Amino acid sequence: MTKTEKTTIILHSGDMDKVYSALIIGNGALAMGMEASIYFTFWGLQRLQKGGLEKGPLSKMHFLGLGKWMIKQRMKKANVASLERLFQDFKDLGGKIIACEMTMDIMGIAREGLREELIDEYGAVGTYVQEARKSEITLFI
Amino acid sequence: MTEIKVDTRNGACPIPANFRVDCRGETCPVPLVETRKALRKAEPGDVIEVVGTHPASKKEIPMAVEALGLDLLSVEGTDDDWKICIKK
Repeated sequence: MTKTEKTTIILHSGDMDKVYSALIIGNGALAMGMEASIYFTFWGLQRLQKGGLEKGPLSKMHFLGLGKWMIKQRMKKANVASLERLFQDFKDLGGKIIACEMTMDIMGIAREGLREELIDEYGAVGTYVQEARKSEITLFI
Repeated sequence: MTEIKVDTRNGACPIPANFRVDCRGETCPVPLVETRKALRKAEPGDVIEVVGTHPASKKEIPMAVEALGLDLLSVEGTDDDWKICIKK
């Protein structure tokens, strides 16, 4: 068999809709036989904090939470999976989660504040570049 | 008199299935993900039957099967009510 292809995603945004994009693309890549990793950095890292996954605002039309609430209703109606489920699926299919250490320093987030059981690695830019240079798909979200 | 209802889509796979994935009512990316999970669990030679209602997945599951180098045994039904049989 040929070498496994790879998808590497940087999740810089903590917005709910963008976290959806990252997890859906990551899951899609894994489902289609690729390897996948997601780097949680900056605002994205806040979604790895305990209880933080579903807390992100909507990137547009958040309207102090009203927009997000409306979108969530629509998503429920369309039977869209929750972020928690997509995250679990991503892990179940062998996806890798990397937490950015510099963001942890900047935001004063300790490892204990993160969902450590889901994190495969704590890394910096070098880790990303090493992975990305071997990746067929790499995205910054 | 008893009425006999026949659901043509419920016909068996060309080879009897070892696993069945029911993702009717589920949307992107769940059908693809659930299919992949079943394929990971299956042993080589096992047959996996997937039923669903998400139109894009009817096209994309066969793409994944090809990318994974597995055998696509059949694709039946309509875009929003389909059955796909895969051999690992």
